[in-house]
Amino acid sequence: MKTFDDTAATAQATYDVPEDRMGFFTDTTLCIGCKACEVACKEWNELQEDGYNFTAESYDNTSALGGNTWRHVAFIEQLPRPVGPANDAEPLPPIPELDGGVASLLDRDASVGPMQFDTMGRWLMSSDVCKHCTRAACLDVCPTGALVRSEFGTVVVQDDVCNGCGYCVPACPFGVIAEQPQSGHAAKCTMCYDRLRDGEKPACAKSCPTESIQFGNLDELRARADERLANVVARFPTARLYGNDEDDGVGGFGAFFLLLDKPHVYGLPPDPIVTTRDLPSIWRTTAYSALALSLLVVTASIGTGKA
Amino acid sequence: MTTPMSYYGRPVIKAPTWRWYIGAYLFVGGLAGASTPIVLAARATRNDTLARASLGAACAGIVVSPILLIADLRDPKRFINMLRVFKITSPMSVGSWILTFFGANVAVAAASEWTGIATPLGRTAEVLAALSGPALATYTAALLADTAVPVWHDARHELPFVFAGGALASAASCALIFTPIADAKLARRLATLGAIVEFATLERMKKRLGPLVGEPYRLGGSSRYKQIARMTSALSLALMRGAKGNRTLAIASGLLGITSALCERFSIFEAGKLSANDPKYTVAPQLARRAQREAQAS
Ligand code: SF4
Repeated sequence: MKTFDDTAATAQATYDVPEDRMGFFTDTTLCIGCKACEVACKEWNELQEDGYNFTAESYDNTSALGGNTWRHVAFIEQLPRPVGPANDAEPLPPIPELDGGVASLLDRDASVGPMQFDTMGRWLMSSDVCKHCTRAACLDVCPTGALVRSEFGTVVVQDDVCNGCGYCVPACPFGVIAEQPQSGHAAKCTMCYDRLRDGEKPACAKSCPTESIQFGNLDELRARADERLANVVARFPTARLYGNDEDDGVGGFGAFFLLLDKPHVYGLPPDPIVTTRDLPSIWRTTAYSALALSLLVVTASIGTGKA
Repeated sequence: MTTPMSYYGRPVIKAPTWRWYIGAYLFVGGLAGASTPIVLAARATRNDTLARASLGAACAGIVVSPILLIADLRDPKRFINMLRVFKITSPMSVGSWILTFFGANVAVAAASEWTGIATPLGRTAEVLAALSGPALATYTAALLADTAVPVWHDARHELPFVFAGGALASAASCALIFTPIADAKLARRLATLGAIVEFATLERMKKRLGPLVGEPYRLGGSSRYKQIARMTSALSLALMRGAKGNRTLAIASGLLGITSALCERFSIFEAGKLSANDPKYTVAPQLARRAQREAQAS
């Protein structure tokens, strides 16, 4: 397992990822948007329906991961456009610290050459899920120990321990974990912990008709993903792996992806970090501020006594 | 058409589900926590009137705080789960223990003070409460900073000082209300100092956040609370001179100071929700960060 240089405060919760770690490799080039994974997930985990919503924006009416939605198939329609890469139609707001603004970053992908879909448009489909981070913010900040690292290296919520404090919700850099309305607990993908214990595949991977969702030993999946990327990159010049790098801000994902466009197009953060990475410095600052408060009171009290 | 900043413009991270109770707790915990060092300083300067006023405020704080926290959890039993483990990686876990320790000591100190029983024990508890109080007043800043919410996480270098200043201002303002002017010199000083620290560190924070990440402070509820906080704080300070000689003005100044600290916390609380709900605050800085790293690498 990789070591991090700033584990002082985070070692306790995230460090013990087992050698034989299981994971998902979601290959979006194979996804047909059938949502079999969403349905299988709900069925197996007995999750409530989200209601008959009509978003009127695409074939996806689920919209996002949530307390009762642990797999979400995104559907992105990119219309034909005369020139340029996808999704730079609206410029991003400029970042002052960056010369040329964020828009200049997006221009860079133009260098990969003309893309087929510029003339015919394309549909992107991707089944999103909890990333089962190597360094999981949700797990770090959980005050009760309800979130645990399983023997499969996955991140799992224990319903009977969770007290619904909601801290994990804004802590997750991917907006995955959410409050489940009917129970008030935090809920998310368990990678079908109960099925794994019986030596079964997770329900989504089992039901996926195209093997877009692949389940297995994480190291093997990573090797397979490298191979797959090498194979498809000629056809899909903008293809990229997302979450396969152990040096990223969360120490690599246990569930990673092969995407056909930039992560944020799919609603995924481009450079996620586990916020507890900064916790040692946050605690230090907090200690200084508490000390400053005390010193201020002491100094101000000089000369205020009764003569 | 897709929106480039995210999937159909949806949030990339999830906003906190905390209701107003938590915003209020940020304020109440701060007031209670900053009150106990004042108790100790007042004892050291033989000012028992002020000590008693601030001990009373701390006592009220430890009654209200768990009520607010449990109201958000919806079930008293759930609070007990907070004390199942101690996790340094979770500011909420650390904070629950701080609140428990602080609460127990304030309760003992207050019981002893108002019954006259076991004074040495009471005074020892008072010292322990004074030592843990500043931690109670500031850990909530660590709690907010340790989330993926850009406007909170990026403010991690200033937020604890903002909370310290605001807590001090509110605790001193509260003491100002319940202390006769002859005994309130320390309260007046601290109310002024606290407000200055809060203002100065907030300005620094805004500067660091920059125009994009700091934008939520200029929007909707957050900006409205901020404006009230500014106005009441300025008025409170303006009345401070008069508060030296006029009890009514002292009470008015104290009430304004408390209102300011309360609104400031709500402004920060609401800014976090706005920051989480618009994907641009999450995505744009991350794109910039990645580009900078890639530029450095090549
Ligand atoms: S993606 Fe979010 S919910 Fe899943 S392990 Fe990472 S931090 Fe936790």
